[in-house]
Amino acid sequence: MSLISAKGVSLNYGAASVLQDVDLTIEAGEIVTVIGPNGSGKSTLLRALLGAKDPAAGSITRKGGLRIGYVPQRLAFDANMPLTVRRFLSLPVRRRADEIASMLARVGVAGFEARQLMSLSGGQFQRVLLARALLGRPDVLMLDEPTQGLDQPGIAAFYQLLEEVRREMGCAVLLVSHDLHVVMSTSDRVICLNGHICCEGTPTVVSEAPEYRALFGVGTHGTMALYQHTHAGHCDHDHVDEEHDHAG
Amino acid sequence: MLDDFLIRAMLAGVGLSLATGPLGAFVVWRRMAYFGDATAHAAILGVALALGASLPIYLGILLVALAMALVVSTLARRGHAMDTTLGVLAHSALALGLVAVSFLHGVRVDLTAFLFGDILAVSRGDLAVIWGGALLVLVGLVWRWAPLLTATLNEDLATASGLSPKREQLVLTLALAVVVAMSIKVVGALLIAAMLIIPAAAARGLVRTPEAMAIGAVLIGMVASVGGLLASLQWDTPAGPSIVVAAAVLFGVSAVFAKSR
Repeated sequence: MSLISAKGVSLNYGAASVLQDVDLTIEAGEIVTVIGPNGSGKSTLLRALLGAKDPAAGSITRKGGLRIGYVPQRLAFDANMPLTVRRFLSLPVRRRADEIASMLARVGVAGFEARQLMSLSGGQFQRVLLARALLGRPDVLMLDEPTQGLDQPGIAAFYQLLEEVRREMGCAVLLVSHDLHVVMSTSDRVICLNGHICCEGTPTVVSEAPEYRALFGVGTHGTMALYQHTHAGHCDHDHVDEEHDHAG
Repeated sequence: MLDDFLIRAMLAGVGLSLATGPLGAFVVWRRMAYFGDATAHAAILGVALALGASLPIYLGILLVALAMALVVSTLARRGHAMDTTLGVLAHSALALGLVAVSFLHGVRVDLTAFLFGDILAVSRGDLAVIWGGALLVLVGLVWRWAPLLTATLNEDLATASGLSPKREQLVLTLALAVVVAMSIKVVGALLIAAMLIIPAAAARGLVRTPEAMAIGAVLIGMVASVGGLLASLQWDTPAGPSIVVAAAVLFGVSAVFAKSR
């Protein structure tokens, strides 16, 4: 049985429709990358899949007892809340000190227990969020734009870490990204959204091609791959601009 | 010993602080200051209702505060422009309460006591209500502590962990209504929100975890209650406002201390 299955799902944001007629399943252990331009409904879809938003039409079924590890894009909490990394990792379920220590070490922020959450850099914060999600031994990890604000080596390192923990823990990964062309190379499937599912496919691993080297350098260790869109014209988005962004 | 009005007043302040400490921390974290104001100001309307319908005062306040808190939290969930809406509700509730009280013929109402509290007139029965309410709120917040914290950080994070942010919000709403009802005698409708926010804000600079902030707010609230009462006796100042001034002084001291560290 699929971990999560969405059938004919439509989602509204206020009165406006953001997504229509989405069919999507997440199987155990697979990596699914959802891409789309800003406002394409990716984050809303993620919120619906984890149960934080009811679909306007269609149905979403989660496997009984499904454990979800959610990595939000950011936590917009008030600066008046004092919160150490240690305390954060024990919310809402208390974790043992040794569990916390080894998980922090696993995601590359060993010894951060006593740090204030507010004082972390973007990359460190992202890893702490990942550690919290992993401590729940999730069946599926859901990440909302986890690489936003990271530079390219940072993105590559994060993808590599994600692939490693996926292999170790066997969880499925659902990753949302606004980057329309460069995706995690180990993605089993890439789904492109823009109000509906525009196209679906697998990433093209072109890491050996000289053009790729020219574009990305050699520091990404094959963690990134290109995604070739196969849209019909009606959901075309601004690819030209995006390409300029990557080359820059 | 409970015959002494000063001891009863101190016990009332200390009991109230048990509830306002942790609840105040959530009011600060969730930026619910105006929310507290709106609910507290509705208390005067509750007084009018209770007197008009011959209900116990505490029950009238509890019902109206609860209704107001539910309205406000429902509006908040719908994502209205909250600042203005809450301002409208908070001030209209107060004005409406004052107008409603003036319609009560044949009942002499000491409005000052409800607006600013009358802690020196706290009876044994009041003490029972205050401590009963405080322990109820305290037990409720301790019971829901981790889920409440998680939902305060990020609602989707809480949902993904199998919690219901709506339910946690309801716990806070109920707790706020109870605190408003029990604190009317101590500091009065106008200053209830102050007792929620100031001790929590004073604790903020001194602590590293949410739990420490809640406990710190309880202790600071207790010190402010006892200190404010003694000061009011010494200088013959109104008791409720003196307690809030004492809390504000502690906030100032804590701010200076936190900065110098």
